[in-house]
Amino acid sequence: MTLDFESWTCPVPLRDTPAIVLGHGGGGAMSAELVQHLFLPGYGSAGAPGELGDCAVLEVAGARLAFSTDGFVVKPMVFPGGSIGDLAVNGTVNDLAMSGATPLYLSAAFILQEGTALAEIGRIAEAMGAAARAAGVRLVTGDTKVVDNGSGDGVFITTAGIGVVPDGVDIRPGRASPGDAILISGDLGEHGVAVLSCREGLTFGTEVRSDTAPLHGLVAAMLATEADVHVLRDPTRGGVAAALNEIAKAAGVGVELVERDLPVPGEVADACSLLGLDPLQVANEGKLIAFVPAERADELLEAMRAHPYGKNARRIGTCVPDHPGMVVARTALGGTRVISMPIGEQLPRIC
Amino acid sequence: MCLAVPGRVLSITEADGVPMAEVDFGGVRKEVCLQYVPDVRVGEYVIVHVGFAIQQLDEESARQTLANFERMGILEEEFGEVPRRVQ
Amino acid sequence: MKYLDEFSDPALAARLVEQIHAATTRPWAMMEVCGGQTHSIIRHGIDQLLPDGVEMIHGPGCPVCVTPLEVIDKALAIAARPGVIFCSFGDMLRVPGSGQDLFGVKSAGGDVRVVYSPMDALKLARENPDRQVVFFGIGFETTAPANAMTVHQARRLGLTNFSLLVSHVLVPPAIAAIMESPRCRVQAFLAAGHVCSVMGTREYPPLAEKYGVPIVVTGFEPLDILEGIRQTVTLLEAGRAEVRNAYPRAVRDEGNPAAMAMLRDVFEVTDRTWRGIGEIPGSGWRLSPRYREFDAELRFDVGGLHTAESPLCRSGEVLQGLLKPHECAAFGKQCTPRTPLGATMVSSEGACAAYYAYRLVTHS
Repeated sequence: MTLDFESWTCPVPLRDTPAIVLGHGGGGAMSAELVQHLFLPGYGSAGAPGELGDCAVLEVAGARLAFSTDGFVVKPMVFPGGSIGDLAVNGTVNDLAMSGATPLYLSAAFILQEGTALAEIGRIAEAMGAAARAAGVRLVTGDTKVVDNGSGDGVFITTAGIGVVPDGVDIRPGRASPGDAILISGDLGEHGVAVLSCREGLTFGTEVRSDTAPLHGLVAAMLATEADVHVLRDPTRGGVAAALNEIAKAAGVGVELVERDLPVPGEVADACSLLGLDPLQVANEGKLIAFVPAERADELLEAMRAHPYGKNARRIGTCVPDHPGMVVARTALGGTRVISMPIGEQLPRIC
Repeated sequence: MCLAVPGRVLSITEADGVPMAEVDFGGVRKEVCLQYVPDVRVGEYVIVHVGFAIQQLDEESARQTLANFERMGILEEEFGEVPRRVQ
Repeated sequence: MKYLDEFSDPALAARLVEQIHAATTRPWAMMEVCGGQTHSIIRHGIDQLLPDGVEMIHGPGCPVCVTPLEVIDKALAIAARPGVIFCSFGDMLRVPGSGQDLFGVKSAGGDVRVVYSPMDALKLARENPDRQVVFFGIGFETTAPANAMTVHQARRLGLTNFSLLVSHVLVPPAIAAIMESPRCRVQAFLAAGHVCSVMGTREYPPLAEKYGVPIVVTGFEPLDILEGIRQTVTLLEAGRAEVRNAYPRAVRDEGNPAAMAMLRDVFEVTDRTWRGIGEIPGSGWRLSPRYREFDAELRFDVGGLHTAESPLCRSGEVLQGLLKPHECAAFGKQCTPRTPLGATMVSSEGACAAYYAYRLVTHS
């Protein structure tokens, strides 16, 4: 038997999909393409004037306001360590906090499917109330819509929030500079693993709980050191991989991680081994990444570790002038690998 | 390929005439089908792929392999050979 | 995880690397025929630790990306039917057929579900007696016992609403096809450890002898891969075309007899087209006549669906080690994991995708 390898062929490419697929909401490359190629051209001159981030900082009547919005569609709605209600509050609080802002007020819009039990919505509202009290923010306005049975999926929540950015604070992805130390506030991957553990078709037993938490207190503790924090980012969908790739691209810098310094809890690592996932791509809901001047890194780490949500803070890498736009990790064995931008949904692998 | 990982059998049950086990992967627990490792007992390790134990893990062999790695290089030092440095 | 972490120890890895350097006197080209090993090599940067001239060629070892276009198109056609619940391993969902992928079918209203285990698909069939549940049964010998069990159980339980779309591929015929190729430059193989956990090692000595190549059964953790490479280099340097088992904790020579008995009952050997490669005689399994009633191709009458693969990319040469992924003109340009031209870019373990994801730009 002889095969003609010269003429081995493979198929035509799959180009952009004509309709929305799940990956467009994955927080990776497909989500970014949707914004770049569809939303921004559609908005035209009415679109964002500056850097696109999870949070806009706007000068209004002499004050610098942080403004952010986020949609929540998590399935299942209740998972170990939290619920969609906790996420709806903490997610927006954290988006505001990542600009250095003190979050003040939130709105909440509910899209409810016909037939959803009132008791279930009541539990979500209570979770939101508790999360808002814990974060020190008020839910001041909102809206409710109901869709036909089958058009929605239980409960969708959109929250928006405003906060005030203190004078002299300028925190945004574009400020990442070569030489910066890259810090993380704690263990990676807990939220994503907790949610996956109870997702249909995957269920597994684990003690891992979602890390959902409001982070503005931690940010305030960091700013209290008066260090010039350059970038803050909460690595939610797409995980640390997506967050660092976005920052590297926005600032035109390279990122070098040291893999053995990444705080991946044993159970998260094991769940990822079982499912073939990369912990760097798994979502977090109560962690932040910071790019800070290297000479202030130790001081900042100390301040972070003194805060309940930063106890396990550590340095994971350095911002470098090489390979701009790219995130590279030094492996435990001494090789290197590129940490790429996740594409769409994280999928369990068989191979 | 195939993504397969070692886990320890915590308990063995039967469902629809098929032997099933709860298997512990370092704290993460999952239901696994034991159809192909009929002799495995609680406390032993199996290699699991897509929810099936495809082979029993030979713990003695695992220890042996690691011990071989530990010895490697040391023997050479005894013989006075200096291994070439990595790159 | 026990028996995983110990085999990733950096200090022991450094010793193995030293051993490989000490044993190597000249360039060697060896191929791993396993996507999981490719993943591990790139993921840990193992190829960067090897002596200059010791080259790892990433072979056609990813069952997801070698699944032929025609079978994907059949899967898409079945998944789009009303009343069908189409179940698949996660990584099959983004593999493009000639028009779209399973995500696209799902987005258009098809009921496509990711399952962790084929048995989860069987459970869905029992819970949804008024729906037809189809499982996309792909994979190498490792996955075949799990897929076989589903139809075995479906028959025992009298389930008439479950079927399997089968596209199994086999490793030894692929090794033979690679060695028969006129431009072959592979001098040794790392054999896929988990394939051998099921099938044992006895198919390999005749191949080693016939083609004069050492074959070392190799595991997946960094130390396993380095040990596989170390044993391979040792055999190559000694000029010995023999078979070794460098993964004895998971592989017995006789394989897994219970699994092999099930495989013999449920499947029979068939010719199989490999995506981007072509047809390799006797390189696949299909359902045996005893289980034909569970064949989704027959149940949904898609046997007549034929798709030709179009001549655009060079993944065949990549799979053969004649071309490094980044040497292809389309690599990273027209061809990315997002818009894969070929099999090797389709799966995260395909050689091109692995390069795209992990390789330093300085290497390309």
